[in-house]
Amino acid sequence: MAVELEKILRPVDHPAPPFPPKLMTLASGEELVIRQIDREEIPDILPYVAPLLHVERDYYDIVSARVYAELLGYARHRMQDEYVLVAQIDGELAAIVNGRSMNAEVGVSLHTLALRRGLRIGAHAFAAKMEYHFDFLKQKEVLIVAESPIGFRRWMIEYKLEKRFGTPHELGGVPSWALTKELFDKARDSLVVGRRPVPEALLKKAQAAILPPSNPSKPPVDLLAATRALKDPTGTSLMLQRWTQEGKV
Amino acid sequence: MREVYAIGSAMTSFSRLEYPLSEIAAYPAMFAMQDAGISKIDHLYVANMGGGRVNGQTGLASAVVDSLSLTPAGAETIENGPASGASALKQGWMAVASGLHDVVMVIGAERMREVNNLEATDFVATLTHPLAEYIYGVTLPSLAGMFTRLYMEKYGVTARHLAMVAVKNHGNACLNPFAHLHQPITVEGIIDSPEAMTNNPFVADPLRFFDCCPVSDGGACVILASAETAKKLGKPMIRLAGVGQATDTHCVHERAEPTDLLAVRGAARQAFKMAGVKPSDVDVAELHDAFTILEIVESEEVGFFKKGEGHLALERGDTALTGKLPINTSGGLKGKGHPVGATGVGQAHEIILQLRGDAGKRQVKNAKIGFTCNFGGFGNNVVCLTFIREK
Ligand SMILES: CC(C)(COP(=O)(O)OP(=O)(O)OC[C@H]1O[C@@H](n2cnc3c(N)ncnc32)[C@H](O)[C@@H]1OP(=O)(O)O)[C@@H](O)C(=O)NCCC(=O)NCCS
Repeated sequence: MAVELEKILRPVDHPAPPFPPKLMTLASGEELVIRQIDREEIPDILPYVAPLLHVERDYYDIVSARVYAELLGYARHRMQDEYVLVAQIDGELAAIVNGRSMNAEVGVSLHTLALRRGLRIGAHAFAAKMEYHFDFLKQKEVLIVAESPIGFRRWMIEYKLEKRFGTPHELGGVPSWALTKELFDKARDSLVVGRRPVPEALLKKAQAAILPPSNPSKPPVDLLAATRALKDPTGTSLMLQRWTQEGKV
Repeated sequence: MREVYAIGSAMTSFSRLEYPLSEIAAYPAMFAMQDAGISKIDHLYVANMGGGRVNGQTGLASAVVDSLSLTPAGAETIENGPASGASALKQGWMAVASGLHDVVMVIGAERMREVNNLEATDFVATLTHPLAEYIYGVTLPSLAGMFTRLYMEKYGVTARHLAMVAVKNHGNACLNPFAHLHQPITVEGIIDSPEAMTNNPFVADPLRFFDCCPVSDGGACVILASAETAKKLGKPMIRLAGVGQATDTHCVHERAEPTDLLAVRGAARQAFKMAGVKPSDVDVAELHDAFTILEIVESEEVGFFKKGEGHLALERGDTALTGKLPINTSGGLKGKGHPVGATGVGQAHEIILQLRGDAGKRQVKNAKIGFTCNFGGFGNNVVCLTFIREK
């Protein structure tokens, strides 16, 4: 009986070609490998998403909460036609991107989560997922939204997305924007970079283990002081609060 | 004139701070008071450029003096574009030197990340000539781009030299926990790799992304006092020994030779003369590298290197942390960040740390003489300061 019910609850994925891993050099000189991961690797990355639930900055909280749910949905068969790509530096997890197919012609971009900042890693991972939709799934357009202003800058402005405001996006029903094949082709030269195949040693290293991000955005030391100290990495304001309480200032 | 000493100093992280502008100003002030070990302040100067426009907060000094419970001390806001910070320090110096006040607090604070980058760029562009520059879409990166092109043609500076400044300053910033960027970069990654054009795209040709400072929030504070007061505190005696300021034409295109930064030259000359030292005496300097080219050119104009030879000194490693004259040990505007009104005070804070021997992993050995150059407008209003450690 339980097995029967699972058959009903579990969506059936359409067959989809894999995303061939790619490689690029970052501004730091490090090599970034972007590759697709399967359900078995999802538990390896969930622990690195969870701490971001308390990082308000850049909407990491909303994005990571949604990503967490989508990753679980993927691993436990509660989302249809979803895929997940990860970006890694020397094994270290640097970004997660995911999306799904609405139908054979239209893709849906779900999320882009950069775990290391300042190297355009999020933008590279996003470009890779768009490449997956157009070059491998052969779709005609991808529906996109942004939760954060930096997301808006990276997608809507850099790719000059078209409005599809009549179409509510799966993420909260907000008006969609679209990347068409034509716009993607225009952006290829400047925004979509990387090389294939990834040298075997590098790929093996990436596949061997997904290592923790070395410098992820951090939640505040003290949630109570979050509204003040959250965005101040040295915790200046938190320390001041403490000192004031202790009568030191 | 009396001698003037820096008795307390502090800064917030230069990054993105989610608390109000007045608090960005107040926190480092509290730390600086703690650093100095004093609670009585005679007068406050608060440097800020964009409060009125970006944060809807005018009269910042009145807000800050109250939030610090320092009323009825006098307080005023100083706006001199991106040179506001050093201008405020100059005012503070004059107040103590003249004998008008004994202990003066100089704060710099800015909250630029309240708006997006496009608006922030537009806000900074309002310092250009409204009719001859701004209405034509001139921004600071565009002026710096044209300036860089001329400099390259005239003196042989290359994109690789600019990248070397960025790499050096990102590296220094990694050693500064208060810096905005903690990301090392390499020349290979930003110039040579097949992906470099995307990782480091043109912003204003020939300037690329990593040639430009980030948009930051931040606050810094330096407390100045007379020798008598400073001596009582038993701390290293750091004297603000030289103060110089000079201006140039508002419009860049009116300059006889646009590759000369005459205001930098003039301000530095005064700051050295007053302090009685030469450029070659300086052990550590903070220059205003809002764009990488500016570090190279300022290092020439202030007299550290011959005109047109700053890039050669950079190539030799003279300006590296371990070089003959380390420049921008804090990470500079490029790595530490550039909250415009706070920058000049932030530069002074770094020099004070260096002269006290408190700069941690980026400490320059036996630093005794430090120098700052705070560049307002596109070089139309520049303030330079010389600091000397006495004992
Ligand atoms: C949107 C996102 C994926 C973009 O990632 P990205 O392309 O890797 O972007 P980067 O981190 O390289 O770019 C921003 C950083 O560049 C760096 N930077 C900015 N200006 C710079 C300059 N002049 N020089 C050097 N570095 C600079 C800063 O570190 C900046 O971070 P800050 O905003 O904290 O100051 C990422 O911000 C993210 O994961 N955000 C949270 C989730 C989210 O919003 N996802 C998208 C939902 S639609």
